[in-house]
Amino acid sequence: MNILTWLVIIPLLTITGILFVKDARQAKIVSAFGMGIQLIVSAIIVYSYVALRKAGVTDEMVMISSYEWFRSLNIYYTVGVDGISVAMIALTSVVVFAGVFASWEMDDLRKEFFISLILLATGVFGFFISLDLFTMFLFYELAVIPMYILIGIWGSGPKEYAAMKLTLMLMGGSALLMVGLFGIYFNSAPDGGELTFNILEISKITIPIEAQRWFFPFTFVGFGVLGALFPLHTWSPDGHSSAPTAVSMLHAGVLMKLGGYGAFRVAMFLMPEAANEMAWIFIILTTISVVYGAFGAIVQKDLKYINAYSSVSHCGMVLFAVLMMNRTAMTGAVIQMISHGLMTALFFALIGMIYGRTHTRMINEMGGLMKVIPFLGVAYVIAGLASLGLPGLSGFVAEMNIFFGAFEHPDNFHRIATIIAVSSIVITAVYILRVIAILLLGPIRDHHFDLLNDAKWYEKLSIVSLLAGIIYIGMAPLHLSDIIRDSVMPIVDKLL
Amino acid sequence: MSLESFTIMRHELLLTLAFLIILLAEVFTREERKERVRGLAIIIFAIVTAVGFLPLPEGSIFGDMYRATRTTSLMKNILNIGTLIVFIQSYTWLGRPENRDRIHEYFMLLMTTLTGMNFMISAGHFLMFYIGIELATIPLAALAAYERFKNRSAEAGIKLILSSSLSSGILLFGLSMIYGTTGSLYFSEVAAEVRDMPLVILGFIFFFSGMGFKMSLVPFHLWTADVYEGAPVNVTAYLSVVSKGAAAFIFVIILFTVFPVIIATWEKTVWVIAVLTITIGNLFALRQKNMKRFLAFSSIAQAGFFLLGFVGGNQLGMTTVIYYALVYIFSNLAAFGIVGIIADKTGRESMDDYDGLYRTNPGLSIAMMLAMFSLAGIPPVAGFFGKFFLFVAAAEKGFYVLVTIAVLNTIIALYYYLLVVKAMFINRNETPIEPFKSDSMSKLGLALCLAGIIVTGFASGIFEMIRNLSYGI
Repeated sequence: MNILTWLVIIPLLTITGILFVKDARQAKIVSAFGMGIQLIVSAIIVYSYVALRKAGVTDEMVMISSYEWFRSLNIYYTVGVDGISVAMIALTSVVVFAGVFASWEMDDLRKEFFISLILLATGVFGFFISLDLFTMFLFYELAVIPMYILIGIWGSGPKEYAAMKLTLMLMGGSALLMVGLFGIYFNSAPDGGELTFNILEISKITIPIEAQRWFFPFTFVGFGVLGALFPLHTWSPDGHSSAPTAVSMLHAGVLMKLGGYGAFRVAMFLMPEAANEMAWIFIILTTISVVYGAFGAIVQKDLKYINAYSSVSHCGMVLFAVLMMNRTAMTGAVIQMISHGLMTALFFALIGMIYGRTHTRMINEMGGLMKVIPFLGVAYVIAGLASLGLPGLSGFVAEMNIFFGAFEHPDNFHRIATIIAVSSIVITAVYILRVIAILLLGPIRDHHFDLLNDAKWYEKLSIVSLLAGIIYIGMAPLHLSDIIRDSVMPIVDKLL
Repeated sequence: MSLESFTIMRHELLLTLAFLIILLAEVFTREERKERVRGLAIIIFAIVTAVGFLPLPEGSIFGDMYRATRTTSLMKNILNIGTLIVFIQSYTWLGRPENRDRIHEYFMLLMTTLTGMNFMISAGHFLMFYIGIELATIPLAALAAYERFKNRSAEAGIKLILSSSLSSGILLFGLSMIYGTTGSLYFSEVAAEVRDMPLVILGFIFFFSGMGFKMSLVPFHLWTADVYEGAPVNVTAYLSVVSKGAAAFIFVIILFTVFPVIIATWEKTVWVIAVLTITIGNLFALRQKNMKRFLAFSSIAQAGFFLLGFVGGNQLGMTTVIYYALVYIFSNLAAFGIVGIIADKTGRESMDDYDGLYRTNPGLSIAMMLAMFSLAGIPPVAGFFGKFFLFVAAAEKGFYVLVTIAVLNTIIALYYYLLVVKAMFINRNETPIEPFKSDSMSKLGLALCLAGIIVTGFASGIFEMIRNLSYGI
């Protein structure tokens, strides 16, 4: 069997395993074991992908295998990867692994929690390996729906409202997306022949321009909702702040990337002409996302809200870069997805751990935590520095590529948009440093905090696995960008 | 009648035979053993269902008034499966002391309506169609009033008989106009004579309204909620699933074979009615607190989704209508089954009573969640495939606006289906429904539904088989 399919089977086996274990303690061990294997399989996939490329394989997608499903509609279960999806798979497995350890001490309905969490991960893995739009869409919805239960049961604050809002908005996005997919499907054989959902086959033909004009906005906005495209981002702050730690990690770290990934893999790759025509609208919207998200983060007092708005800003940057449609910016977009995925997962993990100790997420109720929980404090500072783009950490590599690429455009529109978007880096610095100053430095605000314990082994494991990724990408960016760069070319070539 | 005509009519004849066996069994069973009739009836009906799947010759008899094709056999088999599940689900309820002396009536009435539906589906002549539809409806009114000691049940029966006789009247009026213009009631002859004339269109509209009543399409849906709420749960399940499915089947057959010439007219009508039905059904369902009323309105909206398969008049459309009916049978029967079990054990059927159900009855809650997801069209359960293919069928003919309205409606629907999930999994309750053990027959019924919900989606063979038996205009 194709090694990619194992990415879906292992989580399903893990879920089955959890169903059969007796108590909650065994459930988390099974989850950790399963996701550990998943991490190893992902590493093998990355390694064999690099080996294939070294051996001179120049196909757009590799490790392809295809099984017939609904013959009469020409629906196949087709999997395959290129550099971009390999990178996303690696990201996902790291974040899920860290997420399992970050939720080591769930108290209520633990078996159910891990089942839902891993089901969500199954959807994400399936999405990234799919080459058939039908299966891709199926996995996409499969990834969204467990969120409702995860936030609704284990969340905090106005969790029922947040869960419903998030689910309905994301499913609304997927409803639009579905219409877009039908448009693509029924125009996938303009010269006669068999209609298809296969991305590679559709990319070889040109969808009639009238159809593109209709269905590009549906598809792009459909994915854009998940990628927090302004003004459809409002689910994100509420959802992220109400969700339990591991869910915020997975959702902001990975699930939001589905939006960005789909936007260029499906919407722009398959309908390049319309993408060129309409890019300006979405460039304006994403520029607003980037700046608005950053300003939103400044005024928040709740740690999770700060990070949620920061995610809106950073994910806006992904879509912004994608719309710049050149190699440098696109590469930057993918690195940004990885970098933000690791960084924001780390943030949410740390916030969850801090909240578990101080029982508050309001920054002005805390202070001087660096003195009592130095491990968490230092990790928070590193994540913050990565977020504001300090050289040597992953955020710098990503933003550098994005803004360099964006500025390559000679016209004023793109350049002004770039200048506005770049200003978000400064704003990011403001809110990150403000949080670090109030939260970690200064006097200890509350004498109860003197007694706090620093990170336990499982928390350290979770943090270190994410930190390692951030530092590795920051120190050796070429390892990652080499994998991505060539795979970006087919998409960019179509867009030019 | 030759032997061959027996095999052609095997679905109807077997049902009649089963009916007679149950009647005799009732007569020859001693008073204290009356309960055993239940088991006998279910076994006999299971045999009837199984025999229905045998590949026997097809053809037409009575001078083409009755025709059996592999397509109609498929439809009848689907209805049989639905009815079998309803029977299994009613086993416990029928064992109650107040129902014990009328067990045979329940089975006989249900089998009679099913026979009527089979005749309706196999009709090749409007008169046969009309007889079938009446045979299917009148016993249903008796069934709705089955718990005659309850006011609501009697009310449901009266409402059903009054509104359905009105709709039959309208239907007949429409048919008489069609007869007046075409000079025949045979499907094949009417199809050849139908022209785009005002009187034919008027007749068609009346016919459409009559069918709208049976399928409870907006604006002919007003009887649905009251009847569904008043009738016993199992009868409601039957009404909303099998009866509605049968109406959808014959409707699609008549539209595709009798009225293909005036497709330009009816596709507009279907378009508008589909939008109205889905939207209004959804909006009413939003605020329902009684589970049976809630499922009633949700089933109105679901009926609207069937119309998406009608609208293009294409082969894929018919495929998806049949496929969706199958999916819908499993999903809705699972939902009704659970509502029935809970109402049976505790007498509670408000959505608020379901608060915190997961903590006391996790198995039932998960089954209910799967049923809700299937009705809402969430993967990986079958409802997702059913809805997706319905949308594909409508999009194939370019009805993108209709598809967009419908998919946005699925979001409204998702909201209220999630409310049930929320009640069970998220809400807390001081007086939750006590943990209880369901009996084996309820479990069996539910297991069949759940197996259907899961298998029908993934097993593409089912879809392909239906596709091979479907046809377009």
